[in-house]
Amino acid sequence: MSVPLSTSAAVKPLLEIKNLQVGFQTQNGLVPAVNGIDITLMPGQTLAIVGESGSGKSTTAHAIINLLPGSGRITGGEVLFEGRDLTQLNEKQLEEVRGRMIGFVPQDPMANLNPVWSIGFQVEEAIRANGIATGKEVKQHAIRVLKEAGLADADKRLRQFPHQFSGGMRQRVLIGMGLSSRPKLLIADEPTSALDVTVQRVILDHLATLTREIGTAVLFITHDLGLAAERAEQLVVMYKGKVVESGPSREILENPMHPYTQRLVAAAPSLASRRIQSSQKNLTDLGYSAPRAAEGLDLVEAAAARAGKQAATPVAGGPAIKVDGLTKVYRIRGAKRDARDFKAVDDVSFTVERGTTMALVGESGSGKSTVAKLLLRLEDASEGTITIGGRDTATLRGRALLDLRRTMQPVFQDPYGSLDPLRNIGNTIAEPLQVHRVGDRASRRARVDELLDQVALPSALATRYPNELSGGQRQRVAIARALALKPEIVILDEAVSALDVLVQAQILRLLADLQAELGLTYLFITHDLAVVRVIADHVCVMQRGKIVESSTVDKVFDNPQQDYTRELLNAIPGANLKLGV
Amino acid sequence: MAFYIFRRFVNYFILSAIATCLAYVVASLALDPASKYYGRNPQPSRQTITNILNGLGVNPDVPVLERLWNWIVNLVVHGSLGNTVGGTSVVDQIVSRSGVSLRLLLIGSVIGAVVGVTLGVWGAVRQYKFSDQVVTYGSYLIFATPTFVIGVLLMIGATALNGAAGMQLINFTGEYSAGLSGSWWDLTADRAVHLLLPTLALVLIGAAGYSRYQRSVMLDVLSADYIRTARAKGRSRNQALVRHGVRVALIPMSTFFAYSFGTLVSGSIMLEIVFSFHGMGEFTLNAITQSDINAVAGSTLFLAVLVLFSSTLSEVLYAALDPRVRN
Repeated sequence: MSVPLSTSAAVKPLLEIKNLQVGFQTQNGLVPAVNGIDITLMPGQTLAIVGESGSGKSTTAHAIINLLPGSGRITGGEVLFEGRDLTQLNEKQLEEVRGRMIGFVPQDPMANLNPVWSIGFQVEEAIRANGIATGKEVKQHAIRVLKEAGLADADKRLRQFPHQFSGGMRQRVLIGMGLSSRPKLLIADEPTSALDVTVQRVILDHLATLTREIGTAVLFITHDLGLAAERAEQLVVMYKGKVVESGPSREILENPMHPYTQRLVAAAPSLASRRIQSSQKNLTDLGYSAPRAAEGLDLVEAAAARAGKQAATPVAGGPAIKVDGLTKVYRIRGAKRDARDFKAVDDVSFTVERGTTMALVGESGSGKSTVAKLLLRLEDASEGTITIGGRDTATLRGRALLDLRRTMQPVFQDPYGSLDPLRNIGNTIAEPLQVHRVGDRASRRARVDELLDQVALPSALATRYPNELSGGQRQRVAIARALALKPEIVILDEAVSALDVLVQAQILRLLADLQAELGLTYLFITHDLAVVRVIADHVCVMQRGKIVESSTVDKVFDNPQQDYTRELLNAIPGANLKLGV
Repeated sequence: MAFYIFRRFVNYFILSAIATCLAYVVASLALDPASKYYGRNPQPSRQTITNILNGLGVNPDVPVLERLWNWIVNLVVHGSLGNTVGGTSVVDQIVSRSGVSLRLLLIGSVIGAVVGVTLGVWGAVRQYKFSDQVVTYGSYLIFATPTFVIGVLLMIGATALNGAAGMQLINFTGEYSAGLSGSWWDLTADRAVHLLLPTLALVLIGAAGYSRYQRSVMLDVLSADYIRTARAKGRSRNQALVRHGVRVALIPMSTFFAYSFGTLVSGSIMLEIVFSFHGMGEFTLNAITQSDINAVAGSTLFLAVLVLFSSTLSEVLYAALDPRVRN
């Protein structure tokens, strides 16, 4: 399947991938990761490869410049760059292509800069390696490159180290490096997926302007269909190492042909929140129906179902959580031993009614996770009160504190870090029961089976270990563990942020079902407003430790009061797309 | 940065002082310096023995803390560590012997570290290949072999080599040839030849340990994203590995260097005995066998100071390698 040419036939493609096959050598033989894909990219064009993790999109990107990790190797096909087959080049020739002709912007800005070398060294390295400048000019060039990438004070910051830069700043450095040689092609592998949405927006805008000026073609890799459609003229959808659909972005988005693409469109929170917005009034009344292939995954449908159930659930008793004037001050040790106070949470008040979902939204550093820690009594508040089920939690000690922990359980972001790799799934889920001395061995086993069933995992999984599970399965296990003690409140700290869209949709659906079934109260902490649209009833928007806006989800989306909230809403990928749905 | 290192130095200083005081107390309680005199024929009078013990400051009738206090005051005020049972000054003994030991230790541990780190990096880059397996099994073999056995094996090897060559290629008894005279160059060359085997033994022991740690740290670093990024910039694989890999992988090694130094010191004590070096190792061992409390305390202080300096050096290395700890 080849992307139709949008420019005149006289222009030769910059990059032509023909029947590319990549495999990884394992103990069980060669495992294919990319199964014969074809992609054509014209000079100056932006093309996005979309797919979930494991679809082979990053492997394709790495294969182009032959930097496959570990045992990976190209097993067939051609990668024609300006007519030259890159797979046939030797290492020396490839080194000349890398950086100089094809720039690369990697995914994780925290891991892709070497922590022990200064920013200047690392940028200058890119310039020297490609012979762009020599001698004293190298430094001047580095400063120019960084300024272009949006670091206004680059000349002063050259001698600083990566740990002195924020995530967004690091990503700018990486973009600067990728473009330092004015390459004809830039491969951007999920360049902003580790960043806040507002930072993502600014950086991608900047990248688009830069590449347009230089005339660089961009191969953009992302898991977010909304983002891809917003940023690229051409889309290639990959699934299990194959291209399932390709063509102009708008066409694919409006009329996805392949069932997988249909599911992706249905599950992308950025698009779903847009669709809910556009069809708000009709949604519950008219009965929205999802594309057939997307059944059980469609977020709009899920949100509608949730709204229906919610209306039927009466609110009984007082509020589940009441937070009043909550403040947390940290002492920060600065240079030369002078300490200063930092207000991570500043006079925060909100109430969560039983059986509802409150979303706490903000960028990193806004204090939302600190609120979660204070609620869980993992840290003590500096000022203010937290009332849970009518009791002030600050006074609880010993037995009473243990009881509080039983009624309130957390689920964290990283499904890889939050499960003990040496403990099997059954024991992981049973651990809270052991800690709280609930039941005997047999009854705990029965409860584990029940919980696995609730989170839709087979009970055979109880004897398996975390490394044998996928990210989505792990997060289900984390949810099952949180539910083990039959809590009333679940605190979800970025619980779906690390998951692929399809898995994310499943987990959001699961959370909604569990809430309806068990009458749970959720505090949903996230940086992603799009997800909030489908899961929450109320929203508190946090900025620099303070709540700047607090209202129902509908009001915040329909009529945001604060500039900051508007900024967040605008930063949702695909916010400016006009959809026909 | 300077403050950070100064603070660590003070920490290590206090630890060394405590270690030395404890060594003095333990030696005082465990060793019986009087027993040596009872076995003599004719046996000296009780008064004479008491006088000797008082003179050395090791009379068991004086409370041990009081003796420790006197020992500390003597050290701080007069810079003296007391006398050995042989009547010589402990400080003089340490001064004249430490050169022998330090030469062996410094050369051995530095070369050992360099060789070990190189082998570790090499093994990591060539993971599971034949050369990596050879280094792995070789270092386990050295780990499993007691130090003195390594020394003796090297001697046997050198003897065979000398026999095969038909001349004395490698000298390995003592630290220099007795009665040799000549220019400074001749004497230095003679000492270097004598130093060869014990240094080699120490290098083997050190390199075996360093290569294992360096290999595992390097393997972690090899898959780091910034290595790939460096190659995507257009750097060759080797340049990326050396500039970005090795430096990061050296950071935990600097801490390991400080800890393994203690092991090397005890290894060198055995080697001095095996190769008849009259250094601090021999001094320490003799002190224990002769129940010489002052000499034991003095040599412990010497070792503690060595560890103090190697630990501080490792902090300096750490700060030099890792900008994140500097501020």
